[in-house]
Amino acid sequence: MTRLGAMLAKVNAAALLPELLIVLGVLIGALTLAGGLTFVERRLLALWQDRRGPNRVGPFGLLQVVADTIKLFTKEDWVPPFADKPVFVVAPAIIIVSTLMSFAVIPLAPGIVVADLNVGLLFFLGMSSLAVYSITLGGWSANSKYALLGALRAAGQMVSYEVFMGLSLMGVVAMAGSFNLGAIVQAQRHVWFCIPQCVGLVVFLIAGLAETRRIPFDLPEAEGELVAGFHTEYSGMKFGMFFLGEYVGVALISALTVVLFFGGWSGPILPPIAWFLGKTAVLIGLFILVRAALPRLRYDQLMRLGWKVLLPLSLANVAVTGAVILALGR
Amino acid sequence: MLSALRTLWAVFWHAFARRITVPYPEQKRPLPPRFRGRIVLTRDPDGEERCVACYLCAAACPVDCIALQATEDAHGRRYPAFFRVNFGRCIFCGFCEEACPTYAIQLTPDCELADYRRQSLVYEKEHLLISGPGKYHGYSFYRVAGVAVGGKDKGEGDNELPPVNVRGLMP
Repeated sequence: MTRLGAMLAKVNAAALLPELLIVLGVLIGALTLAGGLTFVERRLLALWQDRRGPNRVGPFGLLQVVADTIKLFTKEDWVPPFADKPVFVVAPAIIIVSTLMSFAVIPLAPGIVVADLNVGLLFFLGMSSLAVYSITLGGWSANSKYALLGALRAAGQMVSYEVFMGLSLMGVVAMAGSFNLGAIVQAQRHVWFCIPQCVGLVVFLIAGLAETRRIPFDLPEAEGELVAGFHTEYSGMKFGMFFLGEYVGVALISALTVVLFFGGWSGPILPPIAWFLGKTAVLIGLFILVRAALPRLRYDQLMRLGWKVLLPLSLANVAVTGAVILALGR
Repeated sequence: MLSALRTLWAVFWHAFARRITVPYPEQKRPLPPRFRGRIVLTRDPDGEERCVACYLCAAACPVDCIALQATEDAHGRRYPAFFRVNFGRCIFCGFCEEACPTYAIQLTPDCELADYRRQSLVYEKEHLLISGPGKYHGYSFYRVAGVAVGGKDKGEGDNELPPVNVRGLMP
């Protein structure tokens, strides 16, 4: 006890406070953003489809999120008797945890980052691989046909797209010379990586869409074919967790794209955090626009696009980037 | 890929297109006069009930939401003792209006029938009966029907000749 007391005394409370504030800020910010996205997405989809969207609850329908949350919490939280109960309960938590963990390595502004890891990018890739477990276990443990089919598709799709997601980022890493996301932003002082790494950007965006299972790649939950895919048997807040996880994922991929390709927090006049959030918002808008515009791919098309187009493309990108860096002798 | 980008572009510009959705309670679309909404019972131009309680509407109703009971007044005119429409069941198909021989039952362009209690969707005759002739002005069944009722004998209706004495036509 005395040793613990001594250790606690050594920790400077005043130095710890800003850290704690950042942690809480990122956590609450990410969750609020994800919750708000459910509403923003519906309004934006409506905007692009000549509708009006939810505008009844509160001013401009802003309280729709609150209403939806109350609804989700008051719904029956049903676990099917044929399900593998422990796995069934844990699966929705995994996706939230793994996507929120990734937010820890994202630098919002100079000095505002939860964990300044020197392998930040690898940490993100590892965490997004963990998210596959959530989907697969959720679909598997539900013990129903549609859920299993959805889970199988999700496993195949996410594992495949994981590959070129990682590969597409290697060009960025080679140019920045670091896996640290803060260092990558620093390396974009002169030119944003979206210009020299435009191929990487496109591959990363497509892989990001597939990783978050958004509409052109939403085969794991294809409503038209699989009822609701891997979360067919989920209800109440467990379903809400999957939903929230998807939106946290969208926010995460957008934030990461900003950090890796669009210069992160850098920009004139406005404070860095505003630049970061603004760019992220535009990318989230792009994600929603893609959902509004594009139809779902067939599964074989999805796999063919992945392995026959994106994989060679990202490999070529890595090779060319490496050759150019070598030739310039940096 | 190019077509996907073109689609994205086209969809983006829809942000500035005219909204199709009508924000309903604030802004209401005009309903056509022959819209099939709330059912009413009309009166003829003299202010009498048009309904002759023939049960044709109740028979035509596919969901059995119309209930009525025929009775006769002092002049021998049939009228419904009660007339009940359950709007909780009504599907607003308009078959009752088509079946009605006297234009008594009519559907109106009023569709705002929502209520908190099912029981208050059951309309009785006093709720259904309106004071005017509805869509058909100047039509009175008894004036063109040829049947004799109190206050109107045979041959006193419109476009109607007095009854002919068939024996008077002997050569």
